[in-house]
Amino acid sequence: MIDPLILWQLIRTFAMISMIAIGGMNAAVPAVLHEVVDNLKWMDAESFMHLYTVTQITPGPNVVIVSLIGWQVGGWQGLLAATLAILVLPCLMAFGVGRIAARLGNSKGFRLAQNALVPIAIGLIIAGGLDLAHAAHRGWMTAAITLINVIIVFYTKANPIWALSASAVVSIIAGYSGLVNFS
Amino acid sequence: MDKTDRVVTLGELFRGCATIGLLGFGGVAAVARHVIVERYQWLSEKEYATVLGMGQVLPGANTVNATVMIGDRYQGVKGSLACVLGIMLPPIIILVILATLYNRFAEIQAVNYALTGAAAAAAGMVAGTGLKMAWRLKPGLIGMLIIVMAIGAIALMQWPMIKVIPVLIPVALLMTALWGKK
Repeated sequence: MIDPLILWQLIRTFAMISMIAIGGMNAAVPAVLHEVVDNLKWMDAESFMHLYTVTQITPGPNVVIVSLIGWQVGGWQGLLAATLAILVLPCLMAFGVGRIAARLGNSKGFRLAQNALVPIAIGLIIAGGLDLAHAAHRGWMTAAITLINVIIVFYTKANPIWALSASAVVSIIAGYSGLVNFS
Repeated sequence: MDKTDRVVTLGELFRGCATIGLLGFGGVAAVARHVIVERYQWLSEKEYATVLGMGQVLPGANTVNATVMIGDRYQGVKGSLACVLGIMLPPIIILVILATLYNRFAEIQAVNYALTGAAAAAAGMVAGTGLKMAWRLKPGLIGMLIIVMAIGAIALMQWPMIKVIPVLIPVALLMTALWGKK
């Protein structure tokens, strides 16, 4: 049985972080690191980076890093507590806002809000892509892969998994061939 | 959002969201739009941009927030739960398995190469998704200006989201009210 204190700390920490994760989970990862490593001392920075790497290999929303920390700290109960803590408040808010938006329907005010919100959404997603591209940059090969994927997504309706797999395979070949040095 | 006559079952919501969860390497932003707008056509391009925008400016995981609203639209509370379960559960199971095996595959060079390429690809897909949305939605001059402001603040200046978004929302609303397309 997991220590109730740890369970409570998991819930409190991630419920709090869920409220500051505005613009997505990626923005909150530094806060998660700070809480888990510096304040609560559940693991060192290196272990945290290992967990983070695992979430990068795993498909799914970035928020699963929190589930993994819960699992590491408190097994299945920890996983459940951490996951619920990070999800419940934002999901309730999203639900409420969604209901309000549906009720406002076609009113003038809602359409104004929509016309302001749509470009914000587009801007944030492009900015997110640029941030990711910067983080993923390991020389000309990765830049070329990024650019090709921009073009594929823009011009085709293909399932993204094909281009992603192809990019991974090309990188393996390039890496072993010694033609490219992913520094 | 406009009312819809389209029927989407709980099973379809779960399957669709599980697809987003399982195919979303390096974040789910690109595959979410693919599944929601192109494959299942639950929402039009504009509806999706609206729902995603609300999901982004609210706290929490963007796409999870968006699927909560989409689930509710078609199946109420149960629909929201089906969507959250679909997008979270399959990845978490894989995650726990991979975390257990991590020490065995962390040393394999091929895994590192593959990860490097996949991360670069995922980044391109997210950026490409945003560009495609911009292209299809034709946000107009004021919209373009708001897009550029968001990109400039986040990607160029690297200002934190938590400070940018509370400023960007009223500014965007004001600009749209004053000069936006009606």
